[in-house]
Amino acid sequence: MVGKTLAWAIRIFVVLVAVEVGSTFLTSESLQWSVVWSYLFDTNVLNGVWRTIELTVIAMVLGCIIGLVLALMRLSSSAVFGSLATAYIWVFRGTPVLVQILFWYNLASFLPDLSIGIPFGPDFASSPTNDLVTPLVAACLGLGLNEGAYMSEIFRAGILSVDHGQSEASAALGMTRRQAMRRIIVPQAMRVIVPPTGNQVISMLKGTSLVSIISMNELLYTVQVIYSRTFETIPLLVVASIWYLVLTTVLSIGQYFIERHYARGSSRAVPLSWRERLGRGTTQPEGFFSHQEAK
Amino acid sequence: MSATSAPLVRIEGLCKRYGSLRVLDGIDLDVATGEVVCIIGPSGSGKSTMLRCVNHLEQPDYGSVRVDGELIGVHERRGRLVDLPAQELARQRTAIGMVFQAFNLFGHMTVLENIVEAPMRVLGQDRAAAREHALALLEHVRLVGKTDAYPRQLSGGQQQRVAIARALAMRPKVMLFDEPTSALDPETVGEVLSVMKLLADDGLTMLVVTHEIDFARDVADRVVFVDGGRIIEQGPPAEVIDHPREERTQRFLARIGTGAGPVD
Repeated sequence: MVGKTLAWAIRIFVVLVAVEVGSTFLTSESLQWSVVWSYLFDTNVLNGVWRTIELTVIAMVLGCIIGLVLALMRLSSSAVFGSLATAYIWVFRGTPVLVQILFWYNLASFLPDLSIGIPFGPDFASSPTNDLVTPLVAACLGLGLNEGAYMSEIFRAGILSVDHGQSEASAALGMTRRQAMRRIIVPQAMRVIVPPTGNQVISMLKGTSLVSIISMNELLYTVQVIYSRTFETIPLLVVASIWYLVLTTVLSIGQYFIERHYARGSSRAVPLSWRERLGRGTTQPEGFFSHQEAK
Repeated sequence: MSATSAPLVRIEGLCKRYGSLRVLDGIDLDVATGEVVCIIGPSGSGKSTMLRCVNHLEQPDYGSVRVDGELIGVHERRGRLVDLPAQELARQRTAIGMVFQAFNLFGHMTVLENIVEAPMRVLGQDRAAAREHALALLEHVRLVGKTDAYPRQLSGGQQQRVAIARALAMRPKVMLFDEPTSALDPETVGEVLSVMKLLADDGLTMLVVTHEIDFARDVADRVVFVDGGRIIEQGPPAEVIDHPREERTQRFLARIGTGAGPVD
């Protein structure tokens, strides 16, 4: 059959291209794999990796807290809360996160002193902005406040995905709104919340590289500092890429187990096991190379 | 109903409108302890809304509901009815069981977890006691051996019987059934109705919104026909179903066809 021959020709071509690209990459002189190896476990690089993880965790936790509050504000019947949350999302989702990071980093030029006190009244405590907003704080604010806007939409979609009958049944059983949220609504919303949140964590992990612009010593900035000295630019970018890949792979595996946990009670939504995904499972008759047309 | 004992449920002057639509237009209804009242009527007649006012899932615009003498959802302050705090309303609802058309079982919990959740979290029962009661209730609704199944693994009729057990686990004074068989496959309707008949025989006070005329004839102490947000006619099934006086009742019954004999 012509179709079948063509399909095989395309497959062989794709594999050949992949092998060519891969071998170029692996055998390239300019890649200097020995340099990659020597920096992969360099103390500074490992510190950068750690700082990246730290920033990801802090920014995601901040983003989730803000996101949950915003989602509940938007779902509340209060017009004031609703429009405040909408305005927040409008601003933080509507401007680039890089601009937001620079804004927080340069906050001192706009507000030289930060103070706690009664609005339009006396202050209780005051401090120079530059003492409070260190690069770390600016990075966390920039990434976390932005993330909150996205997480709020994910939480809101998740909560709205739970049928209204679940709230009614909880209420009819004498549960308070709070009990119903915690025990009935949120656990079921998690099935919808977890997959996009996993994507957000992975995006965040890579997004932390943006704060290299404010000299935050995370992974990318660390390798930039090294290659600005040694000019081994590509090998060090490969070092950073390897670490980003390792971290995102670990996150993907974690996401799989969390998704499986929250799929309880919905048999149709159980994700495939890793064996099945890799196509080696016993219950996978349909691989990439199997055909329905052979009848 | 005896004249001496106060009604368990007393609905007085219930009115509710959605925009210009008058859903409830002055409903008065008393239900005695142990009485089974079936509410029938065309769709959109307000019968479900009326039922949902009893446990305050819907707030009436005017009128009041009392269960066991206690005003539901509101309290009187200086001659006016004021909304109760959410906490108080939640406490009142523990005495009013409800079964929904769409079952509304908690999808992430097993059958047993569905039933023990509210007794443990709301009434503060310990796990062993709640579990023991749940197992007895499952036996009562003829669902032995399904304790660890998830709702999605059960048929509609089985799910609805779990939902009945879940509501009964709170030991309510009155049970509200909102079209409990309307979402079921015809072959599973009977198993739910026969469980409800068992409960009626046990002396449970029940308000049942239903289209199952045979069930109403067989089980109800009183049938209430509602149309246009008003009670058109009420009385024993032998009168309302078999010899309706009002023309609207006659037309409704003729339209849905009063069908064959009683349910088993």
